[in-house]
Amino acid sequence: MEKQKYLLEMHGITKEFSGVKALKGVDFCVRPGTVHALMGENGAGKSTLMKCLFGIYRKDGGEIWLKGQKVDFKSPHEALMNGISMVHQELEQVRDRNVMENVWLGRFPLKGGLVDTRRMVEDTKRVLASLGEDVSIDPRERLSNLTVSKRQMVDIAKAVSYNCDIITLDEPTSSLTEKEVDILMKIIEGLKAQGKGIIYISHKMEEIFRVADDITVMRDGELVSTDRASDMDMDLVIKRMVGRELTDRFPSKDWEPGKPILEVKHFEDAKHHLHDISFQLREGEVLGIAGLLGAGRTELLETIFGARKRERGELILRGKELRNRSTEEAIHNGFALCTEERRFNGIFPDLSITFNTVIANIRGYTNRIGWLRISKMEENTKKMIDAIRTKTPDTKTKIRHLSGGNQQKVIIGRWLLNDPDIFLMDDPTRGIDVGAKYEIYQLIFNLAAKKKGIIVCSSEMPELLGICDRILVMSGGHISGEYDLREAPEHATQENIMRDATKFV
Amino acid sequence: MAKENIKSRDKIIDLLYDNALYVIIGVMLLVIIAMEPSFVRLSNFTTILTQSATKIIYACGVAGIIVLGGTDLALGREVGLAAVVAASLLQAVDYSQRVFTPQQVPALPLILPILLVALLLALISGIHGFIVAHWGVAPFIASLGIQLISYGACLQYFNQVCNSNPLSGFDKFYSRFCQGTVKIGGLSLSYLMFYALIVVALMWIVWNRTTLGKNMFAIGGNKEAAKVCGVNVKRTMILIYIIAGVLYAFGGVLEAGRTGSANSTMGADYAMDAIAACVVGGVSMKGGTGTLPGVVIGVIIFQIISYGLIYVGVSPDLQYVVKGLIIVVAVVLDNRKTMRKAD
Repeated sequence: MEKQKYLLEMHGITKEFSGVKALKGVDFCVRPGTVHALMGENGAGKSTLMKCLFGIYRKDGGEIWLKGQKVDFKSPHEALMNGISMVHQELEQVRDRNVMENVWLGRFPLKGGLVDTRRMVEDTKRVLASLGEDVSIDPRERLSNLTVSKRQMVDIAKAVSYNCDIITLDEPTSSLTEKEVDILMKIIEGLKAQGKGIIYISHKMEEIFRVADDITVMRDGELVSTDRASDMDMDLVIKRMVGRELTDRFPSKDWEPGKPILEVKHFEDAKHHLHDISFQLREGEVLGIAGLLGAGRTELLETIFGARKRERGELILRGKELRNRSTEEAIHNGFALCTEERRFNGIFPDLSITFNTVIANIRGYTNRIGWLRISKMEENTKKMIDAIRTKTPDTKTKIRHLSGGNQQKVIIGRWLLNDPDIFLMDDPTRGIDVGAKYEIYQLIFNLAAKKKGIIVCSSEMPELLGICDRILVMSGGHISGEYDLREAPEHATQENIMRDATKFV
Repeated sequence: MAKENIKSRDKIIDLLYDNALYVIIGVMLLVIIAMEPSFVRLSNFTTILTQSATKIIYACGVAGIIVLGGTDLALGREVGLAAVVAASLLQAVDYSQRVFTPQQVPALPLILPILLVALLLALISGIHGFIVAHWGVAPFIASLGIQLISYGACLQYFNQVCNSNPLSGFDKFYSRFCQGTVKIGGLSLSYLMFYALIVVALMWIVWNRTTLGKNMFAIGGNKEAAKVCGVNVKRTMILIYIIAGVLYAFGGVLEAGRTGSANSTMGADYAMDAIAACVVGGVSMKGGTGTLPGVVIGVIIFQIISYGLIYVGVSPDLQYVVKGLIIVVAVVLDNRKTMRKAD
């Protein structure tokens, strides 16, 4: 039999949602033993295309061929049984059960009508081992005890156990450390060697060029291009994604940091995530905090913000010592925190844009008798939507109907209305497309130009190098390095920062 | 052209789904009217509204707790406790089977017993709120515990202090306060309707025009985000529970006065009725969404159904089946609605 050129072929896929064309005849083909990156801004149609493949949505037109067979899946389960799997960005797993039960869920091996635990352990070990020698996971370990990286491996193992030909990875590195990314890359190499086709969805350019063989770019529900990765470069991909020339991924800065505004001295939190953290922040300074997952970045921001109990240390804002025992107090003292997990503790998904915008300063809208001034709330929300160009039909829309980038803008707008002195941002561009990222950087720079102090945590090194005046590196709860990007930018290389980040691991 | 038709057809289907519950209830009403045309009488509707009034008052209380993302099974027994305690203090001085002799408890102005039971339930419900907010006990379990405690307290009071005698023979002013009516034109409107109206109006202000209300919705919508936004989660939750307790107390006093008697069995299934009315009225058990007009409509729907079914002679046993079906249908339709919107 003639060897198939493509494992998976999707031709002329169309999909319409109540009159809006989400996919306009998209072609997408995956070669065996390759990684095919699917790129595009949020809303470009990537996930709709994938959902049509998995049978989550019924496509309106077009054909899908898997290994030369015409297929049309009606449910994700059917897709999985036929060798197409998806490793989600937000892993969909039963966290309170162990590894092997998650892998074999729905098809436990039986022996005399009872679950054959011994065989399950062995099969799980075998599958995990096939991923590579770096994968050491106990099949009996409860999933909630594993790191995100390991849980992701379990999901990949599950895909392998189904003998999947096509494995889709959706933003697989969004919560991984650099080291874990390396392991993932090795696993992907192994899967490629087995002849599997990997669909790789990510916003991270560096990663795409590291891993991808082919790159498909989508925009507004249309296929823009499919090329060999070797024929492409980063700027070209970005240009095709946004449909315009993006001369720079970062806006330019045109001010200098001023006198010190905030001082953190000998910080330690009650749960020992932080060890003797001290640093200064200046007016108009964008201070980056780099570090691996678990280095204590989030804990540091939360301790400053009063969301986490401070055990020891001083916090001095403009020469005045502050206690910040609660978030309420911190907000009153002029702090703002844009959290890392938007869905977990950022947005109120089922409430309106207005509600989401005004809630952090709700007391500012009361009159003398404690009555809320609704019109003032609407007015401020509209002002903020215009000021930061949030894309929303109106102020009454529930925030969960907005894209990730626009949700993030609403949250940033929420804090801007409080006019804080210190803006703490925990991974503010996570899961956001290139265009929206640029706009968020611009918002950060606008704040800095107004002499505010900004602290940004990020797991994307190029982002920190692009927007910060200074970078602190955290490792195991310590500050393990400091780089001044204005005075000595030549020292601030990814390699140096990485070395500092692993100092106390 | 064809597309336009599909669009407008979709819109009609959506509209039907969004209002399916009202359609179903409308149909049921039509059936009831067809069977017994005399049902369409103003006096029937004022009766239904009067019977709904006390339920609306305590449903407004539990609705706040549901919006927080919780639930309160203790509602019924707390209402019963308030009713029994207040009733024992509000018997006419010349009533022969009075629990307390006039020397022990003289004729009290109505406001005193009301304040007393309001304070009592504010305390119980406040502790309830503290258990949930501070110690993070699951609301269902906490309310199960508080329910038993309230019931036990009510039994103890009724059996020991009141010697297990059903309480009646109430003070005239109290009876008039609860059973009185005003005639406007040909309509006779009960005082209870006005009390319910006042409570709903006050609660509407609390929910929509105060920081407490907004914070309540924030906690129900996303507790973690509320913390980050500086909402004092514990204080807000405890306050909402206290308000609920006060409303239960008020509802209990009025209910005893309306029926002219009180005993320890009172309130047995009030909690489920009130929670079901909230859910049918669109208050999501997931927390974070709900409106007071919805709660009022929910209570009235249940009252119309039970009154209407009695009117056409459906056995009370079967009424439970109908009520159960309504709850299930309401929630299924609501889920469908949110699922469709999420796509």
